[in-house]
Amino acid sequence: MTRLSLSRLLAPGPADAVVPPSGHTAWLTLFTAGAMTFLAVFALALALASGRLAERWAGALERTATVRLSAPEDQIDRQVKAVLALLSTTPGIASARALDEEEQRKLLEPWFGPDLPVQALPLPRLIEVVEDGAGYDAEGLRLRLTAEAPGAVLDDHARWRRPLAVAAARLVLLGWLSIGLIGLTMAAMITLAANAALAANAQVIRVLRLVGARDSYIARAFVRRFTLRALAGAGVGAVAGMIGIAALPGAEAAGGFLTGLGFQGAGWLLPLLLPFLAGGVAFAATRAAAFRKLREFH
Amino acid sequence: MISFENVAYNYGGGELLSDISLRLAPGSFHFLTGPSGAGKTTFLKLCYAELLPTAGRVTLFDREVRGLARDDVAMTRRRIGVVHQDCQFLDHLPLGDNVALPLTVAGRPGAARDLADLLAWVGLERLTDALPPSLSGGERQRAALARAIIMGPDVILADEPTGNLDWEMSLRLLTLLVELNRMGKTVLVATHDLNLIRQAKSQIPARVLRIAKRRIQLAGADL
Repeated sequence: MTRLSLSRLLAPGPADAVVPPSGHTAWLTLFTAGAMTFLAVFALALALASGRLAERWAGALERTATVRLSAPEDQIDRQVKAVLALLSTTPGIASARALDEEEQRKLLEPWFGPDLPVQALPLPRLIEVVEDGAGYDAEGLRLRLTAEAPGAVLDDHARWRRPLAVAAARLVLLGWLSIGLIGLTMAAMITLAANAALAANAQVIRVLRLVGARDSYIARAFVRRFTLRALAGAGVGAVAGMIGIAALPGAEAAGGFLTGLGFQGAGWLLPLLLPFLAGGVAFAATRAAAFRKLREFH
Repeated sequence: MISFENVAYNYGGGELLSDISLRLAPGSFHFLTGPSGAGKTTFLKLCYAELLPTAGRVTLFDREVRGLARDDVAMTRRRIGVVHQDCQFLDHLPLGDNVALPLTVAGRPGAARDLADLLAWVGLERLTDALPPSLSGGERQRAALARAIIMGPDVILADEPTGNLDWEMSLRLLTLLVELNRMGKTVLVATHDLNLIRQAKSQIPARVLRIAKRRIQLAGADL
């Protein structure tokens, strides 16, 4: 088999003229590439947003811990001071501070609304702890806290940080897996379209072989057409997908994970790579289909 | 140029051609005769490597066909012009492009004047832009001959080239083939038209091969 380069196969040539237009397979390829790339843009956005979310969660939580303090009302302030004093002398802790009522109200606002009377509820006091680079001995600190303030509980966030990190990592994986599946589906669809075009042109291929055409010459006409169609369809799909992502509501409007689904900064350039990826998929799929079909003709 | 050594070809479980040995010498003119279904077309296909023998050796231009890579087969076919029984045109291309197709695929687009001269030689100069389906049987056969020789092949194979033509047109085509042979081309024509063979033998020393009972015999001079 003659070695074929991408540039040589995509170069316009007389082979284009000798193979008749492929009819419905042209539209099938355009539509498939467009639709799949449109979906791939969203999968890409999901993967990138999940990655950002995972980083944000990890960054926000990995160096912080919370001491939750429950005590009778007349003892609470004294125990808060004792705990803060203890924390200030604990190696590995950079800072510690008690959250004020306003901060605690904001934490509860998503569940109870903005008018929550924090003072009227028997809520524990929360103390935010920030580690330094070396970290602290969590078990030793728990023992000391129990001695100083029996109602103090150290929450180093590990219990819920780990599942969040795992969930975010799996979302990233799902995003990339989706892109892979979309690529494979597109390859399968384009292979089917190319096979249909090759079968419809079996007589043309036979005549070309009989008059001395090499396989590379015949394949070039099909590969070039399908690659360019996939590029064009994927270009439209990518732009449509980017418009769709841009049209999602902003983070301020609704809040939550979905609003972070957009691209950020240079991330907006990544969807523009998808048409070239689609073109590459079409090139490989059509080339394989063409050479497989050509082997039927001696 | 083309030689067969103990060649056999099986098709559908049966032997269509058996133990065939012959050599087409450069510049020779051969007819291939035999009843319908005897294997004339199969023999021609073996001559331009569209089929491979199931036994024996077919050698084209000193190379055994089984040893040819696919690109080598293509290159070899550029040295063999074939006039197919059904002409085998690309119906979406005008006649001129069809005739020039061997040059196009070889990356040697011929000069427009050469193509025009060739079409004039076969009497089709006014049909350059016509699509093949609009041509008569005689016009198609002459166009097929023009396409077969446009690369200046060493060998010309024709499969029943006069099958659908009247006698006058058959003679015209035969005249073109005889002219090509006089230019030094090796010609092999499969036909069951004995009158055509007699006509040719009156002009050139053509030899007649006959396929009978799966074998090829050199026919007598009494045709």
